[in-house]
Amino acid sequence: MDGTPLNRDLLLENAQALIASLESPETSDQELEAQIDVINNLRDNSLFNELGKMTREIHDSIMRFRMDNRIADLAETDIPDAKDRLEYVIEMTEKAANTAMGVIEGSTPLAEKLGGQASELKAQWEKFRRRELSPEELRAMGNDVETFLDESERMTNTLLSGFTEILMAQDFQDLTGQIIRQVINLVNEIEHNLVELVKIQGKSMVKEDKQKPASDEMKLDGPQVPGKETSDDVMKGQDDVDDLLASLGF
Amino acid sequence: MKILIVDDFSTMRRIIKNLLRDLGFNNTDEADDGNTGLPKLQSGNYDFLVTDWNMPGMTGIELLRAVRADERLKSLPVLMVTAEAKKEQIVMAAQEGVNGYIVKPFTAQTLKEKIEKIFERIEG
Repeated sequence: MDGTPLNRDLLLENAQALIASLESPETSDQELEAQIDVINNLRDNSLFNELGKMTREIHDSIMRFRMDNRIADLAETDIPDAKDRLEYVIEMTEKAANTAMGVIEGSTPLAEKLGGQASELKAQWEKFRRRELSPEELRAMGNDVETFLDESERMTNTLLSGFTEILMAQDFQDLTGQIIRQVINLVNEIEHNLVELVKIQGKSMVKEDKQKPASDEMKLDGPQVPGKETSDDVMKGQDDVDDLLASLGF
Repeated sequence: MKILIVDDFSTMRRIIKNLLRDLGFNNTDEADDGNTGLPKLQSGNYDFLVTDWNMPGMTGIELLRAVRADERLKSLPVLMVTAEAKKEQIVMAAQEGVNGYIVKPFTAQTLKEKIEKIFERIEG
């Protein structure tokens, strides 16, 4: 075995003593056995030394792993903390989406009203150009124009403040980006620690667990993430879906 | 035209609701999964169903099956709007009798086209 080398000098000394004892007719069997045991022990000691060294290495690795408070922190603090942070990401993105949609829902009727008034005025204006308006109608149009200009000014201000609100609501991207990055770092750290654990457990374990769990036909994968490796049976977009449905007779 | 929108995310329901309003469909109602959506369909006079697939409780595909199995609802047009993009899932939805399938993220134009196509086919 390749490990602790045998003490050759000691072995030779003992071997020579054994030969001397063998050649001497006065040596008893018990004495011979004792000498053979000594030689045996020399070999066994080097085996024990090697085993001892391996045991110590494994022990040290396990102790190092257990003494590392970081792992306890990960499980007790960081992972629950990451879950809270991700919940917060959902909360922030939802709030931003609702803010933007609130502004849009509020502004759409204003824009529609403004557009409607413009169309009415345009019709009146065309009549005026064709000299079809009576002096009374002309006066009414003058009033309408005045009202329209006032309202345009007011509504434009409302719309602009709405745009600013939508703009400000986009700050979630920066904040959620930072939070998600922190969580990615945490996942990296957990991965690193898991790899260490697997190393301690030994390589044989890795091979055994390679088998994939049986694929679940109804497993829902959720959104496709761009750049992620996907298999051929995943549609890349609406065009692929349309092609597939067309091939099915849709 | 009364339309039911079923999705577990309120923001997505709101987006679809706004897009439908822009397309001239003002009469919409919402449900957050099949369990709340199906009773609405059974008790109201809906003309169209837009549903997500992945929802807690009753999923969209289960809702589709329930609709097709219901004597009064079986001809209701169903448009699926979902993030699920696997070929086998789309094939499954087609076999269960879906009328249109849109993968998220989608555009207003896609929603418009699919809805128009569904009604063209029904009327034609």
